[in-house]
Amino acid sequence: MWAGYLGAAALWYACVAWLPLESFRRLPDPVAVLTEWLSPQPTYGISIFTAAYYKHMLYSTWRATAAFAAATLLGVPLGIGIGWSKSFSGFASALLGMLRPVPPLAWVPLAILIFAGSEAAVIFVTFLVAFFATTLNTAVGVKSIDPDFFRAAACLGASRRDILLDVVLPGALPNIFTGLQIAMGAAWFSLAAGEMIAAQYGLGFLIMESYNLIQFPTIVIAMATLGLLGYLSSALIRLAGNRLMRWREQSMGFA
Amino acid sequence: MSGALSMRGVSKTYGSGEASVEALRDCSFEVRAEEFVAIVGPSGCGKTTLLNAIAGFDTVSTGEITLDGRRLAAPGIAPRPGPDRVVVFQHGALFPWKTVLDNVTYGPLRQKALSRPAAEAKALELLRASGGLDTTAASYPAQLSSGMQRRVEIVRALMNDPRLLLLDEPFRAMDGFSKATMHQHLLDMHRRYRKTVVFITHDLDEAIYLADTVVVMTTRPGTVKQVIRVNLERPRVPQMLYSREYAELKRSAAESVHEEARRAFERGEKEQA
Amino acid sequence: MKRLNWRGAVSIAAFILMWTLLARLKAPGFAEIPDPAAVGRAFWDKYLPSAAYWRSWVVSFERVGYGFLASQLLGIPLGLLLGTRRVFHDVVYPVVELLRPIPPLAWVPLSILFWPTAELSIVFITFIGPFFIIVINVHDAVRGTRKEHLWLARSLGASPAYIFRRIILPSVIPAVAVGMTLGIAVAWNVVIAAEMIASDSGLGRLTWEGYVSHTGTTVLIGMISIGLAGYLSTLLVTYAEKRMMPWQR
Repeated sequence: MWAGYLGAAALWYACVAWLPLESFRRLPDPVAVLTEWLSPQPTYGISIFTAAYYKHMLYSTWRATAAFAAATLLGVPLGIGIGWSKSFSGFASALLGMLRPVPPLAWVPLAILIFAGSEAAVIFVTFLVAFFATTLNTAVGVKSIDPDFFRAAACLGASRRDILLDVVLPGALPNIFTGLQIAMGAAWFSLAAGEMIAAQYGLGFLIMESYNLIQFPTIVIAMATLGLLGYLSSALIRLAGNRLMRWREQSMGFA
Repeated sequence: MSGALSMRGVSKTYGSGEASVEALRDCSFEVRAEEFVAIVGPSGCGKTTLLNAIAGFDTVSTGEITLDGRRLAAPGIAPRPGPDRVVVFQHGALFPWKTVLDNVTYGPLRQKALSRPAAEAKALELLRASGGLDTTAASYPAQLSSGMQRRVEIVRALMNDPRLLLLDEPFRAMDGFSKATMHQHLLDMHRRYRKTVVFITHDLDEAIYLADTVVVMTTRPGTVKQVIRVNLERPRVPQMLYSREYAELKRSAAESVHEEARRAFERGEKEQA
Repeated sequence: MKRLNWRGAVSIAAFILMWTLLARLKAPGFAEIPDPAAVGRAFWDKYLPSAAYWRSWVVSFERVGYGFLASQLLGIPLGLLLGTRRVFHDVVYPVVELLRPIPPLAWVPLSILFWPTAELSIVFITFIGPFFIIVINVHDAVRGTRKEHLWLARSLGASPAYIFRRIILPSVIPAVAVGMTLGIAVAWNVVIAAEMIASDSGLGRLTWEGYVSHTGTTVLIGMISIGLAGYLSTLLVTYAEKRMMPWQR
């Protein structure tokens, strides 16, 4: 594994430093990036020792979290409704199907016009992405529950509320969490893009600013940080899911 | 004594117009209280449709189903499943996300029929009577073998003190050894708790061995072809399988069953999901 | 004949109605948003006959086309290699895992620096998203090939090449289909944003210019066009999938 990392880093460095290609010359090399990232006195003002770095991270994290939370709070109930009730699905699916093909980032200009300001607009667009992923996966999760579970609960005397809590939610939980992981990843992608297009502060904004100010190593720092945060948040969700669904690890033999 | 079931002229047609499928046609038979009835038939003959109608998962198109005089199903009556007719499902429907104890106490707790301590006590007692399963109370169903899961599911049903115990080919996917063990277990439960049992199967041997009455169904559209009274003694023991009485019973039914099986085969019938 | 989904029609109608109301009544935030009728009229009068508008379509489609195709042509073999060659996997896969979470758009500045033309830099961004998706999908599919199938083939004397061609490849096709569907959506999403940031042509640029000039009509027409273009691409990909998997009727 480490051979891979080292090899890739070495290749990167070799290309940038030695290859006589103009294109590669313009890129920052890994040594420059690392020294910058870990330096207490970074040339361009962003390193793990500077407050500005964490400020940007905080902005991005706050936006991602807010959007994700809203998407979950709205998307899961909606997905349950679509998956469980045929009539509700009739109402909702057509509308969602119409809105879904529009790439989330295409909403940015409209969102800025409506929300009169980039902060809410960026969060909204991020929310949209996460929302669609969550709703879809939740609905699929509910639909894929074996009908026998519903029947069993019914003949055991469960009310509709019981069925929701005892069958629908636990039954769909694996798919819901898959959806949440996808939503989180997609949220970060969308957030980065939104910040690059139209925000103040944040890692996406940092990328664009570094590019404009010709501070190239910082570009890579911001990119790497985005990747890291995205990965960590998805991992967090997966862990939370594993705790909630402890019954799954108990199966004998293969799943 | 309770659990007398009556089926009169029950038919069920799915869909309408050209796409309609007649699953059942004019099924009639009577089940006495505490009787063990096995319904035998080839794939696609409507056995599960029949069970769904009795259990209240689906409507009937014509006819009437009554339980202890109360009408369960008739055209126009909305189906309502309930704890008086609990089903043990073919592929097993223990909630994978609940422990064995939570599964088994689910019915009485949800209906508020028992307090939690009382329900748990009753559960542990029934589980113990099912072959020492009380030790699995804190396990999840996936940790149990399929035989154990079936037994737990039967306990879950019995916990509700149902008038009818409905089993939909519950041992279909089990190997011969496990099946034989489950047969004895089910017979034991039937003897102890005196419930009326309606048992669906495609296996004639299983039907004769377990039941008091065997109802042979035709292939689709399903109707009652033959009713056989099984006069073997109870308690049933495996040696009876080799007795002359058994052979007689099997012979009288086999021709009907094979005829229907051949017709189903030629038609390419598929099992309903 | 399927019965018309009246509920769907109701909710869509309600949506259009609400939009019209909010726009007409100049609700907060909707000051510059035209109502659906105005959008329709503007489209009919100004955009339908405009060559520049349709040129935007072509430009964006080209970028998505090249980027997406490149991602599949490079990504599928890479995924196969990662799935079948142990050593290659151990060395290269961690690098892939490391690069994957970086949002495609975050590559824009590096891409601009690296590629000689603006066009190539945008195509590269369009390539990145679907590329990682397909690599992961193909890799997971190869790893997931049922061991029993492999053992059976080997015990019947099949050569590694045969096993690869007749057993691994067919089980990879569904994963490729899923990867393509996801990839095309990502590609469109990305190209739009890339055009907004770093280009002067294409549907994304069109939408952005509408915003800059505070012309709500342009913004909306841009969005709807993008949505349609994305939808058409998805139809194309789905058609290709059905050809790839005729047994999935």
